[in-house]
Amino acid sequence: MGRKLLTEHINVPGIRNLDTYRKHGGYETLKKALGMKPEDIVEEVKKSGLRGRGGAGFPTGMKWGFLAKPEGVPRYLVCNADESEPGTFKDRYMMEFLPHLLIEGMAIGSFALGCRTSYIYIRGELMYVFHILQEAIDEAYAAGLLGKNILGTGFDFDLNVHCGGGAYICGEETALIESLEGKRGNPRIKPPFPAIKGVWGCPTVVNNVESIMAVVPIIRDGGDEYAKIGIGKSTGTKLISACGHLKKPGVYEIDLGLPVEEFIYSDEYCGGIRNDKKLKAVVAGGSSVPILPAELILKTAAGEPRLMSYESLSDGGFASGTMLGSGGFIAMDEDTSIVKNLYTFTRFYHHESCGQCSPCREGTGWMEKLLHKILDGHGTLQDVDLLWEIQSKIEGKTICPLGDAAAWPVASAIRHFKSEFEEYVRNPQNIQKDRHYYRVNNINPELV
Amino acid sequence: MPKVTIDGHTIEVAEGTTILEAARMIGGEVAPPAMCFYSKLKTSGGYCRTCIVKVTKGSEKDPRPMPKPVASCRTPVMDGMEVQNKTAPDLVDARAGVVEFLLINHPLDCPICDQAGECHLQDLSYEHGLSKSRYDFKRREFDKIDIGPNIKLHMTRCILCYRCVKVAEQVCDSRVHGVLNRGDVSEISTHIEKALDSDFSGNVIDVCPVGALTDRTFRFKSRVWFTKPVDAHRDCKKCCGRSVLFMSGQEVLRVSVRKDTWGEVENTPEGNPGWLCNECRFEKKSASDWTIEGVRNIDRHSVISQNKYLEVKNLKIDVSNQKLIGEKAHN
Repeated sequence: MGRKLLTEHINVPGIRNLDTYRKHGGYETLKKALGMKPEDIVEEVKKSGLRGRGGAGFPTGMKWGFLAKPEGVPRYLVCNADESEPGTFKDRYMMEFLPHLLIEGMAIGSFALGCRTSYIYIRGELMYVFHILQEAIDEAYAAGLLGKNILGTGFDFDLNVHCGGGAYICGEETALIESLEGKRGNPRIKPPFPAIKGVWGCPTVVNNVESIMAVVPIIRDGGDEYAKIGIGKSTGTKLISACGHLKKPGVYEIDLGLPVEEFIYSDEYCGGIRNDKKLKAVVAGGSSVPILPAELILKTAAGEPRLMSYESLSDGGFASGTMLGSGGFIAMDEDTSIVKNLYTFTRFYHHESCGQCSPCREGTGWMEKLLHKILDGHGTLQDVDLLWEIQSKIEGKTICPLGDAAAWPVASAIRHFKSEFEEYVRNPQNIQKDRHYYRVNNINPELV
Repeated sequence: MPKVTIDGHTIEVAEGTTILEAARMIGGEVAPPAMCFYSKLKTSGGYCRTCIVKVTKGSEKDPRPMPKPVASCRTPVMDGMEVQNKTAPDLVDARAGVVEFLLINHPLDCPICDQAGECHLQDLSYEHGLSKSRYDFKRREFDKIDIGPNIKLHMTRCILCYRCVKVAEQVCDSRVHGVLNRGDVSEISTHIEKALDSDFSGNVIDVCPVGALTDRTFRFKSRVWFTKPVDAHRDCKKCCGRSVLFMSGQEVLRVSVRKDTWGEVENTPEGNPGWLCNECRFEKKSASDWTIEGVRNIDRHSVISQNKYLEVKNLKIDVSNQKLIGEKAHN
């Protein structure tokens, strides 16, 4: 049974309210943190080995250590709640039920970094979560947990929640900063990095919701205690949002280092594949990470069991590995068409490309059209090769990682499932013409 | 002062110089092409990705190579940096990929485009592009818009370099146009087709690397290589008054800023960029308004230069594989 550091009280009725949250030990850690030295808090986070939970896995403590601290310039902590990767829904779930945990984490983080104002940038589609957060913040202000002189310690701290317009690209930290400033959400060209010049030209740290929430148990139990959980450099617990053809999809908190096989098949977690079918492929960390066939996700190329950890999942590089990413675990059974699934992903990246730099702006649309052509039964073998070439021309040539995120699923699908593409091209008469879901809305139910 | 080696040429440059600027100081083939970078406009560059280079040695202190190709226009040089541009075949291949991306939605209507002959995209595709497009889908199209009485916006040709947006931000008094929408349907436009109304708005025509923003007063008047470019100046209270007149006989067909080797506006003797005001550009269309200094020196490789025609080789066209593709073939 895995530890529940973040989701321990998530099923308590009314935990969204401040009173219930405080009854279950809420804001005790903030009290403890405000009695510590800010440097010691950063040190604890460094000791914990916590790695960014948004996808890249960059050590949070190191990121905090990089923050420039010039005199007379404000600093900002920004929480990246623009979770929009297909397959990832952990942050929404956490914010919906435990808004105060995020607020507590933000207060501790801001105290540690010396920020007087901080922001939660939430995705536009999550309007109802925005209202939940805003209510929780109002409660916290009324109880003196935010605002002037928090808990009588003399620490002044304002927390704002800002609603984005609903763009995937605004989950990229520099695009998020642009959007927060009220501009068009285009990623900035780095350097300078946000730690030097971020929101309004001031040093800024941007952290994922889960990373900020994880700071609370780290400070409560100590960084060393947190570092004991997990395996190697993947310490602590991680929220995995499991979806797809699973018996029990949902958000699970796991100890990092759990075998993938156990996660999929044990009753404690996903409970196996729906209708007892065979597992075909898994996208282990949200749509942008490479897709892996069943034999490679359960065992590495060397034959060792694959674990849910940053290192084990990326074992073998992109030839036979993938990434933990943001923890959006999508399982597909034997009946799934990888080409159709890839088309859905590619359509998403085409729609969400900001249009700033040319390889991503033009390439994502081209890939979508080619996949559509193949799915329609007009594809040729040259189209599959062209698809491979386009993705290789996008990868690594763009300003932000969206280009890579669009290229990797295509590359991995062709790498591991090329025969399926060829089947589509060779036998177009066998293609099952089912509707794409975006067309379903326009269909007259009487005609179906 | 940091020393940087680009394609085997070492140069010492000031702190903060970008790789592209250092390569331009060396000159010639070493300088990567740039579609969106414009040295006279701050924060421009980084979008088109044609100027990507390979950094094989980061710096003297940290000699690791950079993992990905970097945009040379926005990457400052470090001491001891080693850069490959033309000498890295994989990079030339990557750049050809970028050029292909730029061209897939470009209409290639050069025969009726006013920019033909001075178009950076033409030069770029001549150098790196494939002779045949691999893109067989319908191209993106937009309606042509008149932004103001003098400027035509032909968005279909645009490659979204953002140069005109930077001009509006930094040269004009107020920015009334920008980028609308996102992804491959994003477009340069003014809100509800408002006119560009600023004394310096005409400069967006000169910074546009393609034929997306053209001079309505010159529209379809002549091909640029039939005109005779002369340097001229006049006293103007608003701008520097230094221009190039594109003349046909005694008639002034077009007035534009003076451009340097890299297609950017030349500096005045005082060291400021020589932008032109709209009055000089659009209204002074008579030779008597100007003091003519003499014939403009045009690069001998430019199509505007007559000698160019001697080098043109006969094109071979393979007609065996030609096929008609209907509009609804794959869409």
